[in-house]
Amino acid sequence: MRRLRGLWAFAVDFVVGDDWRLALGAVAALGAVALCAEAGADVWWLAPALIAATLAVSVLGARRDPP
Amino acid sequence: MSATEAGLLVAVFAACAVEAVEAATIVLAIGTVRGWRAAWAGTGAGLAVLAVVVAALGPALTAVPLGALRLVVGGLLLTFGLQWLRKAILRAGGVKALSDEDVRFARERGAALAHDEGAESNARGVDAYGFVVAFKGVVLEGLEVAFIVVTFGANDGHVAAAAGAAVLAVLVVAGAVALARAPLRRVPENTLKFAVGVMLTAFGTFWGAEGAGIAWPGGEAALAGVVAWVALVAVGLAALLRRRGGAPRAARVAA
Repeated sequence: MRRLRGLWAFAVDFVVGDDWRLALGAVAALGAVALCAEAGADVWWLAPALIAATLAVSVLGARRDPP
Repeated sequence: MSATEAGLLVAVFAACAVEAVEAATIVLAIGTVRGWRAAWAGTGAGLAVLAVVVAALGPALTAVPLGALRLVVGGLLLTFGLQWLRKAILRAGGVKALSDEDVRFARERGAALAHDEGAESNARGVDAYGFVVAFKGVVLEGLEVAFIVVTFGANDGHVAAAAGAAVLAVLVVAGAVALARAPLRRVPENTLKFAVGVMLTAFGTFWGAEGAGIAWPGGEAALAGVVAWVALVAVGLAALLRRRGGAPRAARVAA
């Protein structure tokens, strides 16, 4: 059980990395694009815009609170 | 070979080279302190594990339908790419200290020397501590690259080519370390990390959004635009951090 928990913690750290906001932003961006595309909207610009915003929030947040 | 495929191979090569430099520093420290037999054995075992990961996951991923594959692969590349890019921007902007292979080498060497008291060798005379540290160094530094090889390769159906680019990078770095017999301090590590982060983030955005159901204007040619956009944002953020003076000196952190 402890090994499983350790493996899970390693996997989460491997994917999420230093800042969980990046992983959340990536998932949210692709989710938003999927929802809009499902509704028939032509939102090719949405993912690049949301990814840029996610990166800015993470980087500028790190400047206020260095890692 | 299309421009997309060429970009893919360059990104895999650069990503692998960066991680190989870091792994080589660890192996070099172990080799000089604990003996080369343990260092090479650990390195070989680590590379074998990474090869198994690529060989097992590559064909498995190609069996997934393309739409779902692009969404999952895009999401994974995006999270990896954003992590690389964030670190590179913080270093370029002066918030985080640049990676220093000499410092890493000294740290690993010190730890290996401190462990000398309890040295244990197995029946074949391989130092157990040296083997484990070299093995872990290679696996941990290489695991992300293995995933990048698998995801890049599977998405475009070029796992073998992506794996070839990764192997070439390892050979180039290993050859350079063998010649220099010292950590590769002249490699522009952060510039490479920056470029890899841009490529991974751009490919992840492109494939992920395509998998989520959008059609890019201009088809595959739009990828160049996404790369340019991500690079522009990243360079802009690094410049913004530099203009604000980075972080207070005391708050800067080592790699």
